[in-house]
Order: sequence, then structure tokens, then C-alpha cells
Amino acid sequence: MIERYSAKIAGTGRYLPDKVMTNQDLEKIVDTSDEWIKTRTGMSERRVASEEQASSDMALEAALQAIDHAGLRPKDIDLIIVGTISPDHAFPSTACIVQNKLGIKHVPAFDISAGCPGWIYASNIAKQYVENGIAKNVLTIGVELLTKILNYEDRGTCVLFGDGAGATVISRAESSDISRIIDSDITADGTYWDLLIQPAGGSRMPASHETVDAKKHTVYMDGNRIFKLAVRSMYDSCDKVLKRNNMDISSIDWLLTHQANLRIIDALGRKLKIDPNKVIINIEKYANTSSATIPIALDEAIRNGKIRRGDIVLMSSFGAGLTSGSILIRY
Amino acid sequence: MDIEQKVKEIIIEELGVEASEVTLEANFIEDLGADSLDTVELIMKFEEEFEIDIADEEAEKLTTVGKAVDYLTSKVG
Repeated sequence: MIERYSAKIAGTGRYLPDKVMTNQDLEKIVDTSDEWIKTRTGMSERRVASEEQASSDMALEAALQAIDHAGLRPKDIDLIIVGTISPDHAFPSTACIVQNKLGIKHVPAFDISAGCPGWIYASNIAKQYVENGIAKNVLTIGVELLTKILNYEDRGTCVLFGDGAGATVISRAESSDISRIIDSDITADGTYWDLLIQPAGGSRMPASHETVDAKKHTVYMDGNRIFKLAVRSMYDSCDKVLKRNNMDISSIDWLLTHQANLRIIDALGRKLKIDPNKVIINIEKYANTSSATIPIALDEAIRNGKIRRGDIVLMSSFGAGLTSGSILIRY
Repeated sequence: MDIEQKVKEIIIEELGVEASEVTLEANFIEDLGADSLDTVELIMKFEEEFEIDIADEEAEKLTTVGKAVDYLTSKVG
């Protein structure tokens, strides 16, 4: 493939709803405990969107921040890609609703359903568009409003997820820029398509009174089986990206993985043999916001001065599909 | 080092239990206080240490120290 240009992350933004739900709050709703949740997941609290909010509302806030951070205006954006599994509607795409809210016309906009690596998938695509010269400033968003599709009678899943949005602007890098998206890899293994799923509401199981009563419109997950696959798939993806760029783990300044479970992050860190001080973690505050975890944590780490221009950051995620993928950048 | 000894050492380290508790009859969850993720992590550690793959269906049967020792002995020994 001929790359005519390089891509870089020009700006980042995030939005977290104000309402905090702590582990203690969950103790009142479902048979669980603060101690159980903390030791098994590393989570203390998560954010919950309001009744009136939809995914596009959160996405817009994060997007405006990212565009501003990149020194651009909404009219400079020439492609919008939203990674989400909790869109405003089954159709049209949330990306088109965000586009309307941004007041932009005549640019392509679409959603990516890739589970938790939704933002990685979106940014992988954005990178191709920028590198081949078709787009100059791509808005990629990871947004989820999962608390409206959780089964609060299933203590194995309802404590794990939160709401939020993270956005990035991926722009053409000038030759003088030190910032680059160095490489990105995405993959999927459909063998495990049913381990993490919202069963009803599609053509396989359309909405009916029965599907609603049976809570088939909520998140179902086989957590134990995913745990092992998560560690393996992220390790393989990181290893592949590092190897093909002749880099080893010591060249990485920051490892930022999907925030699904602290024990998965720890297990991956040990397997990669990375210094624990280089691993970015915010799961205690926001829990698992699916496709939004990485862009939220990236923006947070950039704005609090942890990640600086020139730092090498390896980001990796896995999720429903099962999908997985990585992005390696020099910020 | 024989396999039984190595398996027991991995269990002591991973689950943070005393050597005296790790009898062949000990059940990981009921006797050694493991939670469901601990058992997954333990299986992953066995896979790493013995350089083998343990399928999920097999892993589910390895509920006690003795069953793990027997299984790993048959795979590695």
C-alpha cells in the first residue's frame, strides 16, 4: 500500500455525565458488595447519563472539545466515524445525528459496530483515509450509553458498565510534526460472537412483549470465557504491532488498554512485561464504557500532563465480536 | 521438579494460600477461597508454565488440586 501522507492525533475530548453511581449505590439495587466489585474488577464508581440524554448528546460534547483542542472548527471536519454499540437508534447512524448537531453538511458519516474496540476500529479507518489523502481531518468518537440497556437483576453484568464519550480528531501530519499514528492493527474472531451480546431487537429476535419480559434487550456476557480471550487477543495484537515496527515493550512510554477489568489489565501488563508505572488506568472512576474507555483515558492523560507530545503510546482493546485491535502512536 | 510440586507452588503463589492448605482434595473455590476469575487466572498460569493449551471444557473440570495435577501430568508427563 502506498501511503501518501501520515496521520496524527491532533486533538482529543471527553464527556462524562455528572451523575455518579458508586458501588454502595449498587448494593441497594442488586445483591452485590463494594468489596466484591472492587476485588473482581477494580471499579469503585461509574457515571450514569440522565433520562433525557442519548449517545449523540454525549458524543457532541466530546467532539466539540476534540475539535477545539485540534485548533479546528466543525466545518474543517471531512469525515465522521462513531464507534458505538448503544446508538441513539438502530438506524440512522449516530454519526449522522452528531453531524447534524455539529452543523456540518456534505461529508460522509457512519457508525462502526465493533464492540469495545469501536474507537480503535474507527481510528484505524480514519488513518487509512488520511494516509491516502481522501480526508484531512477525521472525527472519531467512542460513545456508549450502556446503563439504559443493562439488566439490573444480573449482578454479573450490571455493575460493570458506565456511560461516557471520548473523541479524537485524526489529521494529516505535516512533515515537521513529530506526532504520528505509527501503526494500527484490527482483527476479529467470529467464533465467539455470542459471548457478549444484546440478543433482541435485531432481525434474529425482533422486539416483542416476550423479549422485553425476558430482558433480552439487555447486555449478556460470559465473563469468565472472555477474560482469557481478552488477555490473549490484546497480547497478540500488541505483540504484532510492536514486532512489525521493530520495537519492544521498553520503547513504549504508555500502555493504554481497554478498561474492562483491572485484573485483565494487570494480566496483560505482566504478559507484556511492562513497567506497571507505564500503564494508564482510570477504571475505578468510570468502569467499562465500552468503545469510550480508551479515548476518555487518552484525553484525560493528555490534559493532566501525563502523556506529552512525542511520547510513544500503545493502545489496545477487545470486545463483542470478538473483536480486538491496537493503535501505536507517537503523540 | 515433579509436576505435583510445581502445580502446588503455582497455586500457593497465585491464590496466596499456605502450603499446608494445598492438599490434593482441596477445591479451589470452596477450600482455597478462589473466585471465578482466580480460577481462570490459575488455568492461564498453568498454560504458561507448562507451555500447553487447556480448552475451556477441560478447564471447567479442574476444580481441585488433585484434578489439576492429574490432568497436567497426563498432558506434560
